[in-house]
Amino acid sequence: MIELRDVSKIYQIGDERVHALDHANLHVYPKEFVSIIGPSGSGKSTLMNIIGCLDVADGGQYLLDGMPIEAYSENELANVRNRKIGFVFQSFNLIAKLSAEENVELPLIYQGVKRAERQQRVHEALERVGLSKRAKHLPTELSGGQQQRVAVARALVTKPSLILADEPTGNLDSKTSREIMQMFQELHEQGNTIVLITHDNDIARQAKRIVHILDGRLTEVSL
Amino acid sequence: MMAVKMALRSIGANKMRAALTMLGIIIGVMALVVLVSLVDSATSSITSEVSSLGSSLLTVRVSDDKGIPVKLQDLENWVDTEPSIAAMAPYATSTATGKFGTESADFNVYGVTQDEYKIQSMQLIMGRFIAASDVKNSNRVCVIPEGTAEDLIGYKDCLGKEISLNGIKYTVVGVLEDEEESLATILSGGMKTAYIPYTSLMRLSTDNGSTISTFYIGAAEGYTLDQAEEVMKNLLLERFNEDDDAFSISSQNMIEEAMGRISNFLNILLGGIAAISLIVGGIGIMNIMLVTVTERTREIGIRKAIGASRRTILVQFLIEAVVLCMLGCALGIFVSWGILQIISAITVSASISFRLNGRVVVLSVLFCFLIGVIFGLYPANKAAKMKPIDALHYGG
Ligand SMILES: Nc1ncnc2c1ncn2[C@@H]1O[C@H](COP(=O)(O)OP(=O)(O)OP(=O)(O)O)[C@@H](O)[C@H]1O
Ligand SMILES: [Mg+2]
Repeated sequence: MIELRDVSKIYQIGDERVHALDHANLHVYPKEFVSIIGPSGSGKSTLMNIIGCLDVADGGQYLLDGMPIEAYSENELANVRNRKIGFVFQSFNLIAKLSAEENVELPLIYQGVKRAERQQRVHEALERVGLSKRAKHLPTELSGGQQQRVAVARALVTKPSLILADEPTGNLDSKTSREIMQMFQELHEQGNTIVLITHDNDIARQAKRIVHILDGRLTEVSL
Repeated sequence: MMAVKMALRSIGANKMRAALTMLGIIIGVMALVVLVSLVDSATSSITSEVSSLGSSLLTVRVSDDKGIPVKLQDLENWVDTEPSIAAMAPYATSTATGKFGTESADFNVYGVTQDEYKIQSMQLIMGRFIAASDVKNSNRVCVIPEGTAEDLIGYKDCLGKEISLNGIKYTVVGVLEDEEESLATILSGGMKTAYIPYTSLMRLSTDNGSTISTFYIGAAEGYTLDQAEEVMKNLLLERFNEDDDAFSISSQNMIEEAMGRISNFLNILLGGIAAISLIVGGIGIMNIMLVTVTERTREIGIRKAIGASRRTILVQFLIEAVVLCMLGCALGIFVSWGILQIISAITVSASISFRLNGRVVVLSVLFCFLIGVIFGLYPANKAAKMKPIDALHYGG
């Protein structure tokens, strides 16, 4: 499903070149639950942005479903982000002026789903993350954990084949972290592919497979 | 529809800014709608006044009589022999000082025949109009409008009273209903009006000989003005050796056409000026949309991350700009309507009613739409072109 071959990403800051990703190789198979763990600044977010088609690599090759990423047009990439991938960010990234249900509804609007079906699916998604009572609330009226659950609902409402989560529990206390992780476990059991990024060993261990990242280089850790 | 609702919401999130941005459009629309409506109302009311002077009226001017001038007798003969011509009236005016007792006033004195009454569609309040016998005998009688009667004599019911014009006494035989206060009366600067037999005017002043150089004709019932014009033209051509430079025949229609051209020109001129202010308003919209796009970079990033295509983002911001313009346009039209109501109320005595011109309303709506699209395109395109990753990381 995901195949990275010698992917590099270099940031040039003044005279200094930062290898955010240094010939990274990674293969993720369908229905896998992979966690990527590494210290701050090791290139985790960079990796996720490239996998999620938000950013492009400077070197190497990225094959998504067997097709090189360069072969996708701008519009097709938007479509991939819309249908194939569900994002969960560390900083939630909800649209502040839209209510919880409208945030969840947005990717369905972009898919052109009919209104009645949209409402049905938004309701289901919010139900699943246990927030149907907070549907009309704005993000600012929700706690961090609730906001992240809205973000998870938004990621799974499109039934994506791949869920990318970048430190989804980074801003949450341990109790809400466990709840969110529980949700990812359930999603995995239902057959979703999940790539989870974290710097927390306890959380990484909940995945079936762990990949280490350090200074932009990936190493497989077998359990 | 959904997109319009969203646009309204993000405009509503910053009402003060939206209002200030729309001000440019509002003022532009106001200028366009109010000015064009004013010109149109004024010209249409002047035009209708001109045509109420007699829509079935031709004015004939003889510039070169070739030694055989048109006389009163000729007019009478033509009316008798030509079925398409209903009436003919010579046109002669003079100014005179009118006196009644100790009161005096300046007068426009019109020399008329019995036909004038038919041609000009005047309304008598009392008495009678100048009769054929008055013209024949050069009787010293006059017909005056009620306003003139009230001002000079002091009361309306003045039949039989004698007023003197340049020292010659004329008996009032009829009182006419006042014309509405029209542009013509305003322009005449408070001159009083009196109608006397054409033949009497010849004696009153020296510059009106028995030669008729200008006269009106009216078409008979069942004939059009064009048919009457054709007949008249042939009569005069025959008389003046087929020389069509010797005379001219003009109808009120030509005056109306000229009025139309003047008002078109004014509309284009004023509309152009207003359009410039609308364009300035459009630049204001563009400015604010650029600010909005920058402010909402992160939102754009999020939208792109969850699958909004370039097109989607472009359309979103374009609709926002257009909605902003259309709101301003609607407000501008509403305010214009109010202003025109106020102007109409103030000028109620001038008998011109200023109302919203439908065409200019449609025009300004279209123009605002266009401005929204044109000036919204650049900011919207800027938003659409953002790279998702840069937008997402903007400002932390
Ligand atoms: N836009 C950027 N411009 C310049 N350098 C960048 C940029 N984004 C990331 N970097 C650099 O790339 C390296 C990897 O960054 P990245 O954000 O991927 O780390 P991370 O593993 O996600 O860290 P964290 O755990 O703190 O989120 C860092 O050294 C960072 O300074
Ligand atoms: Mg990171």
